[in-house]
Amino acid sequence: MSTATVESQVRGGRRRFAVGARTWDSIRSKALGLWAALALLYLFIPIFIVILFSFNDNKGRFNLTWESFTFKHWEHPFSVSGLSSAFANTLEIAAISTAIAVALGTFMALALVRYGFRGRSATNLFVFLPLATPEVVLGAALLALFLTINVATGYLTIVIAHVMFNVSYVVVTIRARLEGMDTHIEEAAMDLGANEWTTFRKVTLPMIAPGVAAAALLAFALSIDDFVITNFNAGETITFPLFIYGAARQGIPAEVNVLATMILLVAVIGMIVNLILQRRKASSERPVVLAPAGAPING
Amino acid sequence: MDSDVTAPPADGPDIRLDRVVKRFGETVAVDGLTVDIERGAFYALLGPSGCGKTTTLRMIGGFEDPTEGTVFLGGRNVTDLPPYKRDVNTVFQSYALFPHLDVQHNVAFGLERRKVGKNDVKKRVAEVLEMTQLTGYEKRKPAQMSGGQQQRVALARALVNRPKALLLDEPLGALDLRLRKQLQIELKRIQKEVGITFVHVTHDQEEAMTMADRIAVMNEGHIEQAGSATELYETPATEFVASFLGDCNLIDGDLRSRDGVVADFRTHDGAHLRVPSERIDPALNGSPVRVGVRPEKLTLLPADVPAPDGANVLRGRIEIASFLGTAIQYVVHTAGGEEFTAIEQNRLGGGVHSLGPGRDVLLAWDPAHSILVAKGGTHAGA
Ligand SMILES: Nc1ncnc2c1ncn2[C@@H]1O[C@H](COP(=O)(O)OP(=O)(O)OP(=O)(O)O)[C@@H](O)[C@H]1O
Ligand SMILES: [Mg+2]
Repeated sequence: MSTATVESQVRGGRRRFAVGARTWDSIRSKALGLWAALALLYLFIPIFIVILFSFNDNKGRFNLTWESFTFKHWEHPFSVSGLSSAFANTLEIAAISTAIAVALGTFMALALVRYGFRGRSATNLFVFLPLATPEVVLGAALLALFLTINVATGYLTIVIAHVMFNVSYVVVTIRARLEGMDTHIEEAAMDLGANEWTTFRKVTLPMIAPGVAAAALLAFALSIDDFVITNFNAGETITFPLFIYGAARQGIPAEVNVLATMILLVAVIGMIVNLILQRRKASSERPVVLAPAGAPING
Repeated sequence: MDSDVTAPPADGPDIRLDRVVKRFGETVAVDGLTVDIERGAFYALLGPSGCGKTTTLRMIGGFEDPTEGTVFLGGRNVTDLPPYKRDVNTVFQSYALFPHLDVQHNVAFGLERRKVGKNDVKKRVAEVLEMTQLTGYEKRKPAQMSGGQQQRVALARALVNRPKALLLDEPLGALDLRLRKQLQIELKRIQKEVGITFVHVTHDQEEAMTMADRIAVMNEGHIEQAGSATELYETPATEFVASFLGDCNLIDGDLRSRDGVVADFRTHDGAHLRVPSERIDPALNGSPVRVGVRPEKLTLLPADVPAPDGANVLRGRIEIASFLGTAIQYVVHTAGGEEFTAIEQNRLGGGVHSLGPGRDVLLAWDPAHSILVAKGGTHAGA
């Protein structure tokens, strides 16, 4: 057999194989697309319904069947009694508890990663505990604690409870970021004359900033969202989730959908901004080996 | 920084470690190390992996507290001072550049901490970038530069502060051979230009010999011997130094007499060797010793030729003769059982002449080239 025929056979074989692979590829990618579309549909239908029903001209106290389109709920979304104060409470509590949890959690993570101290591994475990404990247990335990030490439940106890579970998320998020950071970089800052605080401000914090931002977003969302723990420790204070739960028994006003849509909108905008910032950062830190024209290259 | 207030007399040692010990739990990383580093020297700390070079450097920089002993910088005791109060700067092996800052701001970092005026910062950064051939890279982030460029940013970032001393921990370790050679020369040039003390950690003996004025050979947490490359090579004090810097043929035996100009050394198999008495460290008194000779100092003679007068001679048989181009390398099995390496310059041309494997030969050398060292790795006197 001459080499030419061998070659042509090999090439033919390869071509046949390539055709098969391509068909298989296209089937696979179509199936994958369909699968993804179904999954997205599953995720988005409830959200879509929430948004849609904020425009529903509902009859009666319930907003569960589609009647006709209207903008009227969007005109005075805060007019329903109790709703606006519940909404304000939720945002305030989320902001305060996020700020406290991020401040506390950042330094806790720093201590856990950077300094060896007695009881470090125990602390590592305790930080993880609130993440693993069922919310009902946490909520009930906290309530028991507040009753024991005679603290009236209310706004303050909600904040305390939210800080407690948020700190864990913050520590875990920032700790991961710190563990991936070369400690020599902080040493270099100290070497160049920066004391501990300046080193933290000028080097550590900028380097863990994405982690801190992610932790803050997570904490804020968790706080807005929380029902179970809040319900145990709310006293007379009403938050947005508590309001909806209470209202559901007598009928949910469509204004709830309006506010939910607003929150969603803010979240989506936040995500888009974050994405753009990440993109820009990534492109500015992407390795480029080309030298600028005229610059000496001997490295 | 208060360097101007406490400026020491210009002639004292710039860096002094006094009986410094560093333990990490059970591990003794540095074990009673004493060293004086003169102002303006290019000083190399040379030693095998794990001998405590990095730890020593980190104690000078202030990143590690000595378990015992004292660190002086410019005559001042700085043992308890944090890094930001010490007038030395470090070039880390991993460069440790600030990834979120561009080259300009990386280099300006130290000056900004010292509240140097904006215009001065600009000027000094531009100067140092020119010296390190980085002009034009000001706006680059570290991740956008090659290893060699990053290395020079790290150097510029330290140099711009005009520290009393620069500490370099294997700064060229991550680079390929060609770039390393080139940066060795550049580093040496920069050191001459700025005239400050460089303490350069390396485990590459060739690098240490090319660059440094003085080399301290470290082993197991202490300094075996410090001196110029020539001193260390020609008159090593310990077996460890003799074999760490270049190849050395060593043979066991006893010192018989040490009267007069040459001492008499009898090898374990009964041959007599002469060693200049001045080579004998009094500290060696009584402890087991070995005589050594460098491969290029040996002359190979056919066994039937009379040995030159006054030379040290050992008998042996050639095992391997390899042609290396500029030289021929012989491995000779001596009568006493040692394997000696001999290198003869290829002056006559034509490769391995009559002296092929299996030939009986004489290994001869000038007694002045004999090395006498304490047996084993450690310095007898220290
Ligand atoms: N932080 C630490 N904790 C425990 N042991 C350490 C620590 N740092 C260094 N050591 C130990 O101290 C010894 C000396 O380490 P050092 O890093 O100084 O060596 P080196 O001479 O720089 O080696 P290399 O050439 O490999 O960098 C080693 O045995 C090392 O394992
Ligand atoms: Mg090291």
